[in-house]
Amino acid sequence: MSDPGFIVVVVAAGAAACTLPGGTAAADPARGEALYESRCGACHSIDSNRVGPRHRGLIGRRAGSVAGYDYSAAFRDSRVVWDEQTLDRWLADPEALIPGQRMNYSVSDPRDRADLIAFLRFAR
Amino acid sequence: MLNPVNPGRRRLLSASGTATLSAAAVTLLAGCASAAAKTGDMMSKDADILNVALGLEHEAINAYQLGAQSGLLLKPVLDVAVLFQSHHKSHRDALIATIEKLGGRPVAEKSLGEYAKALRAETLKNQADVLNLAARLELGATNAYLGVIPAFKDVNLAKVAARLAADETMHWTTLAGALGRPLPSAALTFGA
Repeated sequence: MSDPGFIVVVVAAGAAACTLPGGTAAADPARGEALYESRCGACHSIDSNRVGPRHRGLIGRRAGSVAGYDYSAAFRDSRVVWDEQTLDRWLADPEALIPGQRMNYSVSDPRDRADLIAFLRFAR
Repeated sequence: MLNPVNPGRRRLLSASGTATLSAAAVTLLAGCASAAAKTGDMMSKDADILNVALGLEHEAINAYQLGAQSGLLLKPVLDVAVLFQSHHKSHRDALIATIEKLGGRPVAEKSLGEYAKALRAETLKNQADVLNLAARLELGATNAYLGVIPAFKDVNLAKVAARLAADETMHWTTLAGALGRPLPSAALTFGA
């Protein structure tokens, strides 16, 4: 469950411009929040480790480094650091970026990925 | 504000309880895997996907447990919550049987307290809060099951994921109705 205060900040910033990883249009963090709730929310929360690890502080963090979460060996051994580019590659094809990962859920639409990443940028 | 699930709907839901997957049914489905899909790596990958699903089911069972013992649910709604929890227990049992058949080790259930902390159960103050939490988890589970279907190496397990998604969709639809939410205005909103 997301922090309500965090959601308010993101919604208020819905018009903020964020550069798409591979394009020129602005990403929409408010739309990203809705996508996060519906597509990622089964396993992830901003502030809690659940089926998947928590996402606060994701940008700039090394993959597999959240305390208290039981990662796969593939993640623990990964040298990936999360930024907009690595997150875009991860969401497009998790297995291609980190072979042996356990998520297996991908987001095929580049716009959806950009909006999700724009939302996650607020989770610092 | 909140319309309890009506008795007619409850009867319908009770009848639907007989349609949930049994462990034997899923194991049988898994046993129909094509020879090409039975290599060790492929079975291991499928078991990994099912283990994530099992984690979702453990969480759903505990979320309904938290709701049921919160004292916030009126009797008709409580009955439906317990019914939905029983569906998730059937899902759990089916997934455990299939993961073991594939040679995997089923992920363990955490304590109720750990789920309460992760789901911020302390923020649940009324029946609508509980139903909103359940609806969010059910929608997430629907989309998760639909989203991993292409990743299965064994098409029979992809079918099982689709059947699990159908159960979660039924749960979400019922919860959304109880919360007075409108039906989705567009088609193809799940798994998009």
